[in-house]
Amino acid sequence: MKRRSVVKYAAVAAALSMGLTACGGGGGGDSKGSDTVRVTLANHVWTEGIKAAIPEFEKSTGLKVELTQLGEDQLSDQYNVKLNAGSDEIDVMMYRPLQEGKAFGKNGYLADLTSKVAEDADWNWKDYQDGPVKASTYEDKVMGVPIITEREVLYYRKDLLKAAGLEVPKTMEELEAAAKKIASTDTAGFVARTGKSTAVTQFSSFLYSFGGDFTDESGKSAVGSEEAKKAYAFYGGLIKNYGPKNVSTDMSWPEAMAIFTQGKAAFYTEADSLYKNATDPAKSKVAETVGFAPLPAGPAGSKPYNIPSWGLAINQSSGNQDNAWKFIKWATSKDRTLEAQKAGVPGPRASVWSDPAGTSTYPKDLAAAIAVSAEKGVGHDRPLVITVGKAREIVGEPIVASITGADASAAADQANTAFQKFLDDENK
Amino acid sequence: MSVLTPARSSGQSARTRANFSAWANRHRKWLFAAPAMIFVGLLIVFPLAWTLYLSLTDSQGSVRAASDFVGFENYLTVLTDTERFWPAVGRTVSFTLVALVCEVVLGMCIALLLWRPFRGEKWVRVAILLPLVATPVAVGMMWRLIFDPNIGFANQLLGLVGIPPQPWLSGQDSALPTTIFMDVWQWTPMVVLILLAGLTSLSEEPDEAARMDGANAFQRFFFVTLPLMMPTVIVAILLRGIDALKTFDILYATKGKGGGSFHEVETLNVYAYGLSFDYNQYGLSSAVLILFFMIIIGSMWLLTMRKKAGSK
Repeated sequence: MKRRSVVKYAAVAAALSMGLTACGGGGGGDSKGSDTVRVTLANHVWTEGIKAAIPEFEKSTGLKVELTQLGEDQLSDQYNVKLNAGSDEIDVMMYRPLQEGKAFGKNGYLADLTSKVAEDADWNWKDYQDGPVKASTYEDKVMGVPIITEREVLYYRKDLLKAAGLEVPKTMEELEAAAKKIASTDTAGFVARTGKSTAVTQFSSFLYSFGGDFTDESGKSAVGSEEAKKAYAFYGGLIKNYGPKNVSTDMSWPEAMAIFTQGKAAFYTEADSLYKNATDPAKSKVAETVGFAPLPAGPAGSKPYNIPSWGLAINQSSGNQDNAWKFIKWATSKDRTLEAQKAGVPGPRASVWSDPAGTSTYPKDLAAAIAVSAEKGVGHDRPLVITVGKAREIVGEPIVASITGADASAAADQANTAFQKFLDDENK
Repeated sequence: MSVLTPARSSGQSARTRANFSAWANRHRKWLFAAPAMIFVGLLIVFPLAWTLYLSLTDSQGSVRAASDFVGFENYLTVLTDTERFWPAVGRTVSFTLVALVCEVVLGMCIALLLWRPFRGEKWVRVAILLPLVATPVAVGMMWRLIFDPNIGFANQLLGLVGIPPQPWLSGQDSALPTTIFMDVWQWTPMVVLILLAGLTSLSEEPDEAARMDGANAFQRFFFVTLPLMMPTVIVAILLRGIDALKTFDILYATKGKGGGSFHEVETLNVYAYGLSFDYNQYGLSSAVLILFFMIIIGSMWLLTMRKKAGSK
């Protein structure tokens, strides 16, 4: 009798707690698809534009959009936790194809969109540039739709160049000479990202322009090559010799951009998609005098990266994939892409770039620099591996060594060994 | 809902009620403790056991992916890692010790000042407690702006009095002391609060007796007040020490992943976080966390031993 009542109470308690969980978990996630599409986006200019347009989508489809907006790092952490747990709480997710694409693809976190992108000729997947499409594809399956593309360009101060009687540098040597001439106690000749991991993407264009890459054709580490060593020494040397005083080794783009827009540097190499920060008078003291040029040519020519920095994907565990696709199709339509591009977000659609309206809001020199860079661009800006975070730290080590005046060549050799070990481990 | 005939139901339900209350009476100590036990089981024992399990596997990439049992291999890897793990242990210990000593000494001084009533006491107390209510991440961001080497307020202030700009958070050697300063700024008020509560509950008589015997202020503090305050001081050290060991938000908000380009503020917490969220090496990260957990338990045990010895 006694035992039976214990069992009975336990059963009631269990039923009760299950009932409670069912209440708590209610809402979306049902397999037939909910009317609410849960969208997770990063803080970005693109997001601001789409946020304002969402009521349009809700009106035309009758669906409701539940938006979560997070900073880049918080977004990554959310995905790590939720996708790892197989959560169905996210339907549409903004992700970085080059940073997370391979890992998410391998882990089966993303829904295969291959048939979805092919089915609608009006929406037109063929309109997307090759590089971005390649980066959003994993093992021949389309995993995401790119929304923002980026190339590295040279930001410079027209007034300082004029005062020094200099032309816009076309080669790395000219860049160094100009930075040297302009550098003074108040103004740095050159500024760029300095953080071990964050600088890697911007350093990559220097690496390519000096004739190097992170890996060679056989997939072996190439960060110890002569070309790479020269690139490390050059990038770090520019910052060490002509960079801001008290330069830290933690700068990502917000810090480096702040130095440039405060009028404290003459040259700055950065992604073109961030140009509004420099030309918007509300954010920049030098808005009137900023000029843009293609990345100066190194020994191997001018080879900036040309990549899709963000894309939209569907969570494999989402029970609302059809509605999620409706959202993506709307958010990446030609009209929306044109709108976004006019608001300062370089898009991945070829037709928008060939449409004069697509570049109408861009500074002329920037549009020209983008056109040149898109043509010669390299399709990646970081090592194409699964654990990108760790790889970036390894190949970024010599950048920091070079900035702090240590032996860049020795650091590159060391990084080469570590990176090769990393690649071997990953390919096991 | 089951439907029963009224005649049967009243007799049976009375019996069930009696049975239940007899049963409940016999097991009341378990019954009352049950919610807490379920809570502890779900929120403490399960995650710990899961972490322990993960630490014995080579789980990486995704925790849902297949992983192999590797025994103590992760622990071996971690314990022989002199590049990241041991320096992180060193930083964790030095961060905790230095912050703790500063906070307790400073906290005691401030608590002694606030001990005796004075005019405007309320306002001073509010002002001192302000840092305590701020979110650590916001505190981190704020100090990061203040300590920016080029456009920060701290260096501009130094410039006014003719001192050259300091690297603060950006220097390899100065970053850890700067974060310790931030921790002291934020958490000293909590120590003040605890010590003040201890001081106000002290009896006045021993102090008066010492005064009658001609002891000066220092003698009265070191030989009368401090020994009487020891249990409270140890509570303060215990609470603040565990918190300081676990510090994460201030470090992450100021130096980001990896604790900076040279891992200059990478403590065990920051290291384990990076292993999980940046490298996706869950097995290795779990091993670090288990070792860290053992360090915390160990230091707690040492302190409570000390507390018991002190109160004897």
